[in-house]
Parts: sequence; structure tokens; C-alpha cells
Amino acid sequence: MKTRYTYGGDEHVYVEMDEEMSLDAFFKSLSMSEAVKAADIPGVREICPANASFQVRFDPDVTAPDDMMEQIKQLESQAEKAEKRLTTRIIEVPVYYQDPWTHETLMRFRERHQDPSGSDLDYAARINGYDSAEAFIEAHHSQPWFVSMVGFVSGLPFLYQLVERDKQLQVPKYLRPRTDTPKQTVGYGGCFSCIYSVRGAGGYQMFGITPMTIYDPRQETSYLKDFMVFFRPGDIVKWKPIDRAEYDRILKEVEAGTWAPRIAEVEFDLDAFNADMDGTNAKLMEALNDA
Amino acid sequence: MTLEIVKPGLATSVQDLGRPGYFHLGIPEGGAMDRYALRAANLLVGNPEDAACLEAVFMGPEIRIGADCILAVTGGEMPIKLDGEPQATWESFAAKAGQVLSFGFLTGGARIYIAVSGGVATEPDLGSRSTYPIGALGGIDGRPVQPGDVLPIGAPNGAKPGWSVPEELRRGPGSPAELRVLPGLYWDRLTEASQAAFFDDTWTVASEADRMGYRFKGGRAMEFVDREQPFGAGSDPSNIVDGCYSYGSIQVPGGTEPIVLHRDAVSGGGYFTLGAVISADMDLIGQLQPNMPVRFVKVDMSEALLARTERRQMLAQLRQSLAA
Repeated sequence: MKTRYTYGGDEHVYVEMDEEMSLDAFFKSLSMSEAVKAADIPGVREICPANASFQVRFDPDVTAPDDMMEQIKQLESQAEKAEKRLTTRIIEVPVYYQDPWTHETLMRFRERHQDPSGSDLDYAARINGYDSAEAFIEAHHSQPWFVSMVGFVSGLPFLYQLVERDKQLQVPKYLRPRTDTPKQTVGYGGCFSCIYSVRGAGGYQMFGITPMTIYDPRQETSYLKDFMVFFRPGDIVKWKPIDRAEYDRILKEVEAGTWAPRIAEVEFDLDAFNADMDGTNAKLMEALNDA
Repeated sequence: MTLEIVKPGLATSVQDLGRPGYFHLGIPEGGAMDRYALRAANLLVGNPEDAACLEAVFMGPEIRIGADCILAVTGGEMPIKLDGEPQATWESFAAKAGQVLSFGFLTGGARIYIAVSGGVATEPDLGSRSTYPIGALGGIDGRPVQPGDVLPIGAPNGAKPGWSVPEELRRGPGSPAELRVLPGLYWDRLTEASQAAFFDDTWTVASEADRMGYRFKGGRAMEFVDREQPFGAGSDPSNIVDGCYSYGSIQVPGGTEPIVLHRDAVSGGGYFTLGAVISADMDLIGQLQPNMPVRFVKVDMSEALLARTERRQMLAQLRQSLAA
């Protein structure tokens, strides 16, 4: 990993931990952005952590850009030494794969896709070496995911799967972005899964849909009373495949305010994970049994 | 006191100085595209500088005035009519209950700011009244105004008609408009020839120009330094591992048409950015219309900071001239 520091105009310092995605880069980015927050440097207005980078927005009239960058650089060694350990939560997110709504949408934008002859899932399965869409879906939900970034629009989570590099699923984005994506579509682009928080434009492949509201500006959803955005970087997600009947049932309960996701508090230790991925993941997912 | 929207114009929305602090969750700062013009409009009608106004783009709304008040319109140049009587821009004027405010065709700039003494008093979301339609925040139900909307207005504040912003303190784009850019971020992804071409070419504003970002066309396509794409970045040479976007940052999907992200920016994504328009020139972008010619001018950090200081001094002069 080689850290790169640069400016985004006169109000942003941009720090890239690594050009490529990895859990190491994500952890370093998260702990460095935490260190910047804790350092309480005058003039810092906002800190945005991302997958393998982070950005600091600041007021150059309070702290000059060179000073700001220097003070951030000095926090790097501290972040490197920090324990790669996180107290976080694992959340079970129900997904109705191969649902009719994303299917209707992907058919509508077929000419913008690499392979107009099949569905997004058929294409993703084939290029990742799976025999069927079902086998690919199994790979998508059998191991948990890290929320490595929240953003784009309205609390959209980017997720990175907790598996070895050679087991990572990879799919390109649409050739040209769609102008429409159903709300709460579970998407995929590059090595990231995502949940579209609101309806709108999008370029990720579409695999399914969740009945779980993740953004509610009116804060009427039972589990979004404290804040309108559900996800935060560092959350761990386990997808749970559901069928149409269960989708309809959960959706109704979400709307009635009687549904809440299963959530458990967990510890994640990157070194322990690297030493035993299957064991660590099994333990993470077991925590949900008591939730 | 209320304002009733008779005709909404193209996309007229309630805006103030925005809601900083939530970009890390994908909720942008938002607020007036031309912040200086909004501040000036508020000062003219005796409001705090950060009060909410109506921002109208390309086409003015038609508004019925609910009670006697003081109004001011700044930003772009658009003939103002009060019950058909012409009024001056950048100047406060009195309106009576029942009168109708309307506008002629835009003659300069792109966006006007309509301030009313007392300020638009719709319900704030996350500390701001700024309308952000994607996230359904601010304004009325998080959307631009519609016919029949009745906007609540705050208590009058003793403003007077006839206050005016001196000519030298009004700012609009020249032609070609010049936007100063600090190279940075993923600038080194471009070949030297493309780095030079970006600043040599004259671009024009494309039709996709809104609060989220402005697209430009007409310059040469860009070439990238060869590399094996990093894991997770995607296969196109303009792709990166999804990262944060800076306000004002310039992305060039596929290397063809640059997009400058503005107040309602998406907070991140997978396209390389070549640098950012400096903070001092962000307001100018809000006054650009499609098809206008634009040059990007390369600056370094000290020039960017000097420009920022000049903008701050101009704002101080504005405050002084309207402090009477």
C-alpha cells in the first residue's frame, strides 16, 4: 500500500490509502479518518471515509492548506499502529433475488447492457465462472459483507465481501448508466455490492430487492427514528434470501412500523479474520442467532 | 404573511446556504448555486444572510403576494414586473398584498434569487430549508415549488425599499466564462497532451446542467496513462475504486465530457477526477446557461487562495454598503 495525498480544490484534502481495494486499505482509511476526527484540527468541516480513501473538507481561511495536509500526514503512522479491531454490528438484510421489479427494469434498459440476451444475474454468474444464477446467488449471500462506504446519494451503502481475493465476485457496470433503478435494489459493480436507497439513475447490475427501508427523511420507519440514514461505515451485513411471500409480508410490516432488522453487536478483528476467514465469518453469523 | 405560487417557472426551489455536515452519508450541502447572490438578496431586504429565498433557473415564477412586504431579486438578469410595473434587479422594492410578481425573459446569467423581508419560513430538515429533491429534504415536501403552493414567510424586519447593490459589487460570468481549476486528485491519470488540451480547448455548457453538476462538451477526448486497472476499480481507464468526490471536482466519464459537481453533488463514485474548480468560482457556474463558451484556467494553490480572499473582501464591501 502506498498512501497518496492530494488536494480537491482549495477546500479538500484527499487521501488515497491504496489504488486497489482491500480490507487493509479500508481499515487504514477508517482508522485514519477517525484519527483526524479525534485530532480536532481547527477548520475541519467534514470527514468522509470511503472504500480505500477518505476526504477532509476544511476552511482554508482557518488552517492553511499546507498546514492542514501536514497535520493529516502526521496522523498516518498512528493509524498504521492502531489495532485493526472494530466493535460494530451485524445486520441481517432480507433480499428477494430475481424479483419482478428489477427484472422489468433491466429488460427496459437491455440495450445499455454488455449482454442483452440474458438477465444481469445470468451474465454475472457466467463471467464469474458459476454454472447458474442460483449458484452465483448462493455465493453472494453465503458469506458476510463489510459496509466500506456510505454515499453517492442518500445513505447508499457500498459493501465489500469478507472472502479471499480470488473468491471476490466482480462485474462491470452497465455500458451506459440507466436512468431508473427501483428503490432498494441490491446492485453490483466492480467488487462492490450496494443497496440503492432511493429510486433513480444507476449503473450497477441489478440482482434483487430488499423490503427493508434504509433511508427515510420523514423518520417514520420504526428503526429510523433516531436518524434518517440506516447504514454507517464498518457495519457488517448478512444477506438473507427470501421469496415473494416473505417479501410481501416484511414490506407490509415495515410500512406498519412493526418490523425491525435482526441486529447483533460483534467484534471484528482484521488479523483474526485473515488467519481464519471461515471461522471468523461463522462466528459473526452465529451472533445473529441470538438477535 | 405568505407567498402563493401561481406559476412555478422551470425548477424554482427554496434555497438557503445549505446543510453542511452530512456529505459522508451521501447528503450534499446543497443551498444556493450562487451563494453571493443569495446573500445580497437577503441583505437587501434586511434578512440574515443565510435566510431562505426562492432560486429560479432560466425562467421566473409568478407569485401572488400575501401581505405588504419588501422584495429584492439578484443573480441573473431578468426583467421584474410587479402587477406589470417594471422593477430594478439588485434593488429592494415594496409590494402590496394581492399584487403579482412576474418575470420576463432571462437576459443574463442563469439563476435569480427572490428574497422577501422575513425570509421563506418552510420547515427545515437537518438544519436547512434548502430543497434537495433526490433525498426529499427541505422546501415543500422536498420538491421544487408547484402551482398553488403557499409559502410561509417570517416576521417583517423593518426593511426599506430603494436599497441597492452598487454596480461594481454585482458579479456575473464573462464570455467566454473563465473557471479557475486547481489540478489534483487523479490528475496524473491523464497524459501530458490531454492535461494541456483540457486548458487549451474552449468548451461549451451542455444541456445536462443542473444543481447536481454541469456537463461540458466540445473539447478533445482525453487519453489516459496506460496501466493495469487496480483490483476493484472497473475496466474502463476512467474508473477508480469508488471514492469521495470534492465539491467542484471535475470527473470525465470515458474521457469525453467533463462534469463539474456542484451544490447537490453525489458524494462519491467510481470515476477519476482531474482536479476541482476553486471555491471562488463556484458561484459563477450557477450563472452559466447551456451553449455558453467556457475556458478552464489552470491555477496553483496560492492563486486559488488569493481569489478566495478577493471574494471575501467583495462580500465585506457588500455588507458595508448595505449596513446603513
